[in-house]
Amino acid sequence: MSLQPLRVAALQGDEAVAEAVRQSGVDVVAAYPITPQTIIVEKLAEYAAKGNLGGEFVSVESEHSALSACVGASLTGARVFTATSSQGLAYMHEMLYNVSGMRLPVVMAVANRALSAPLVLNADHSDMMGSRDSGWIQVYAENVEEMYDRTIQLFKLCEDPRVLLPAALNFEGFILSHDKERVRLLDDEPVRRFLERPRPRHRLDPADPFTFGAMATPETYYEFRMQQSEAMETALHVFDEVERGFEGISGRRYGAVDAYNTDDADVVMVINGSAAGTMRAAARGLNAAGENVGVLSIKLFRPFPLEQVVSHLSRARAVVAMDRSMSPGAPSGPVSEDVKAALQATKPVMSVVYGIGGRDLSTEDGKKIFGMAKEGSLSGSRSVMYGVKV
Amino acid sequence: MSWKELEAGAVVKGGTSSSYVVSGWRVKRPVIDEAKCTNCLICWIYCPEPAIVRHQEGKVTIDYDHCKGCGICETECPPKAISMVREP
Ligand code: SF4
Ligand code: SF4
Repeated sequence: MSLQPLRVAALQGDEAVAEAVRQSGVDVVAAYPITPQTIIVEKLAEYAAKGNLGGEFVSVESEHSALSACVGASLTGARVFTATSSQGLAYMHEMLYNVSGMRLPVVMAVANRALSAPLVLNADHSDMMGSRDSGWIQVYAENVEEMYDRTIQLFKLCEDPRVLLPAALNFEGFILSHDKERVRLLDDEPVRRFLERPRPRHRLDPADPFTFGAMATPETYYEFRMQQSEAMETALHVFDEVERGFEGISGRRYGAVDAYNTDDADVVMVINGSAAGTMRAAARGLNAAGENVGVLSIKLFRPFPLEQVVSHLSRARAVVAMDRSMSPGAPSGPVSEDVKAALQATKPVMSVVYGIGGRDLSTEDGKKIFGMAKEGSLSGSRSVMYGVKV
Repeated sequence: MSWKELEAGAVVKGGTSSSYVVSGWRVKRPVIDEAKCTNCLICWIYCPEPAIVRHQEGKVTIDYDHCKGCGICETECPPKAISMVREP
């Protein structure tokens, strides 16, 4: 397939998401503004006011209502989008399970931000990790162009009749939401063709009434949850198909994981989100100086790409898993726990907490962490709180 | 039933509650005093069940098969035309 000529623009992460949502032919947007996601909602409201948004923009009074409105809209078969962050996601928590339980393909952007108290506006992954088990597909973007691409991809993935699950696109607040980067935008037409609308099996229709998310009993509830679990497994394969299809219109493909020098490295760092790029830069610097370290970026966090993670880590001599969220009282954070579970104690996994509440992680920090891993000062089953002032 | 056979998203044909009798749930039943009722339909809006029946001629009655006895109608009725009476 020949590729369309690309429009190149300098866009903030939030703007890129809004543009992707517009191009995806969304029918209903119901969202409530919260820093650092606000630009998305502002942009979409602006599109709607100027008549450039094909769908309806619904102003709501809270995040709980935003996601509730998304449920109603999605039940009619509409393509639905929302966006939130931090406390807003926490306020949606109850509805998250209704969306996934009713198997509604809602796409949501989450500008990751730490939670109160103390009040902070900056990034960490605690918001999404707190809703980790809500049955949503979870992707972590590394840069603005990836945010744009993933938004389009996720509509395709979620609406696939084999999947029918909601998805959250995660990107760190300010670091990505407000960062202005070069984005190669696609034309509207190939995006529209890529997102052909599958017919929903049932939809809200007064002429043919159905009950959605009906009451279950101990005889059936477990089986409904099993279906969600299986749909997640299926999503892992469909994700790959979607990426291949998207490559056809954009020439871009990311994978469920991104592996840099993971074959035969002395230390492989496992990380998700924007810091992966910083850590690759750190690793490249070290490797140029004769070291042998690698970085594995987990882009698709739910469903967890288990086999790919295991295979990329199989030859590493040491593994460091990086968590941008706190899990007080736990041995280590959610990324570390998954990596440990994947490796089944075949090799030690060192666990590091970083970047909490927007604390920066530089290439120098990355080099330091690789060094600490090599000399063994990160061992122990509990996370090392990197960079905390002592 | 195997998880493979269930309808994803727990989707079932609508209207099931109309075939489900909840009268056994009640301790008290709402009784409308027709002399006080203004047919404002506030009770019809607030009733969480399909238990307030609107008749052609404008009258409002209660379908006791689908009234669970919650008493919301009594609280909301502006002229206090509904009273909750203990079931025998
Ligand atoms: S008692 Fe409750 S269920 Fe019965 S009619 Fe009044 S509001 Fe409806
Ligand atoms: S709320 Fe009271 S007055 Fe109004 S219709 Fe119902 S019973 Fe009659």
